[in-house]
Amino acid sequence: MEFVISKFNYWIYITLMMIGFYAMMRKRNLVKKLVGMNIFQTAIILYFISTAAKKGATIPIMEHGHGEAVHAVHAAQYVNPLPHVLMLTAIVVLVSTFGVALAIIIMIHRKYKTLEEDEILELTK
Amino acid sequence: MTTSPLPILIVVVPLISAFLIPIVGWWKRNLCYYLTFAALSISVLISIAVLNTVVAHGAVHYYLGNWDPPWGIEYVVDHLNAFVVVIMSFISLVVAIYSKRSVEQELAGKIVYFYCTFLLLITGLLGMVVTGDMFNLYVFLEVASLAAYALIAIGEKGAPLASFRYVILGTIGACFYLLGVGYLYIAAGSLNMADLSQILPDLYHSKVIIVAFIFFVVGVGLKMALFPLHAWLPDAYTYAPSAVSTLIAPTMTKVGCYVLIRIMFTVFKPHFSIELIPVTTILSWIAVVAMIVGSIFAIAQTDFKRMLSYSVVAQIGYIVLGIGLANRAGLTGAVLHILNEAFTKSCLFAVAGAIVYKMGTSDMYQFRNLYKMMPVTMTAFIIGAFSMIGIPPTVGFFSKLYLILGSIHAKQWVFVAVILLSSVLNVVYFYRVIELAFLQPRELATKKEREVLQVYSQNGGNATGIRMRDGEGPATIAMDEVPLSMLVSLVVMAAGILILGILSTGIVSTVIRFAVPTVF
Repeated sequence: MEFVISKFNYWIYITLMMIGFYAMMRKRNLVKKLVGMNIFQTAIILYFISTAAKKGATIPIMEHGHGEAVHAVHAAQYVNPLPHVLMLTAIVVLVSTFGVALAIIIMIHRKYKTLEEDEILELTK
Repeated sequence: MTTSPLPILIVVVPLISAFLIPIVGWWKRNLCYYLTFAALSISVLISIAVLNTVVAHGAVHYYLGNWDPPWGIEYVVDHLNAFVVVIMSFISLVVAIYSKRSVEQELAGKIVYFYCTFLLLITGLLGMVVTGDMFNLYVFLEVASLAAYALIAIGEKGAPLASFRYVILGTIGACFYLLGVGYLYIAAGSLNMADLSQILPDLYHSKVIIVAFIFFVVGVGLKMALFPLHAWLPDAYTYAPSAVSTLIAPTMTKVGCYVLIRIMFTVFKPHFSIELIPVTTILSWIAVVAMIVGSIFAIAQTDFKRMLSYSVVAQIGYIVLGIGLANRAGLTGAVLHILNEAFTKSCLFAVAGAIVYKMGTSDMYQFRNLYKMMPVTMTAFIIGAFSMIGIPPTVGFFSKLYLILGSIHAKQWVFVAVILLSSVLNVVYFYRVIELAFLQPRELATKKEREVLQVYSQNGGNATGIRMRDGEGPATIAMDEVPLSMLVSLVVMAAGILILGILSTGIVSTVIRFAVPTVF
């Protein structure tokens, strides 16, 4: 139990990721698959952000700004900014993947007039 | 070690051109092709210059924004990626020349967007190869993948659905890679490949590192269609427009192989991948299954492009086997096989595209007597098929030779047998096409040919070379080749296979020898 509670952020991200994974693999509707994909990617973003968090730490901005950082910076006092920066890029990737996938779904719908995978497979036979 | 801005230019030139293309295309549509051609030519020249520098002075570095490596993004080009980047940029250039007429026919209204996405795809591929930063590699991986999803989706028939499946599986692959990066970052606190390889040895027994490694292998395995994860590939490559499958088949999966080599032997030290967890052994056995199953599936196909797609799955098996053998000869074979695959697959898919251009179909049983109509194309096909089988003067022979030497060196006789068996299976599925296109007796075919002609016209092909005589006589077949721009690139690819085969000893001794980690 201690193991679960002390690492609860990881458990949450794994649960979310598996929900997304299940939707991507098992759902027959293409939009549901896409929603699953989005949950899957968001779970990873949550994971990255949670690794940056520290108890009692503040935002990573130096009080006196440029070049006048005379006081030593203690990493323990600041939240690690790097995962946030990485995730900004990952969010851009997520959004564009989602956009491309939606565009493809529109193409599929124009072609087959349905978004159920089994019906499409029936039509393409 | 030299610092030079050349590595970044390889990526920046196609990237900026990709954004210029919609503007130029707005003004004059025909200029898009020439701009693509110019951008890729510059990329090829820079890649060759980088390769020369690497061969003369060792690795070339570039620090983006002048931030020193562990903090900023670093581009590193050493022997391995200099070699791969030259192959990739050269193949892209040849395919760009090839694409002109094919795109005009298949995607008439979409030329501007096609070339824009085409260049973005190449940007992503070249970026993946030159970068020395784990997260930057993820970004380029997604740039390339997104462009590939879009390009595949504009194909015929089932293309949108195939592309959608590729989106789902490709995203899982990329997300696994990203998770691997995250695990490495929380354990080691760095994203720079060179820096990581210094830090990681102390952490090799940590479970986090092992999980990260497994995520990398599975994620990259999905992207490069390693056997049980190949389900997205055949549909996507078959339904994609000819020019797109000619570009994607030789490049994307091979860049995946390069990334796998980079992660297994640079980011992680070879002894981690070989001794601490038995990943090389597992990979070799997966590769063996891929080689056999991919070839058997290829034999079962009647569509030429689909057969080639399954052949890609089998050939990935060869490269992964070379990586899995993890000895000098094996890895040399793997790197040389990347070269072989790039040229051979682009040549064969270009042949498929040329046939689709003329016939409107890639069904093998319509290929009867095709050599009379398209002698140059079919000669290129023969050379490509020989290289795939591994017949001596072609480069395919030499890469398979190194793989067999590697297997013998590792005392894995099963692998030797499997490489030979898989070559025999290659003979089987290529011979079927050769038989149909070259050896099918005319008399038996006359009635069939009438049906075939109907199929051609139904499929919208413009096979002007085949005309029926009046009355009941057999159809006559005149020479009717594809346009010059397609022929030039076909000849370059086919000649490349032969010339590189002859030069392969030199390539191994000047470049690949240094690309293989020194501990082997």
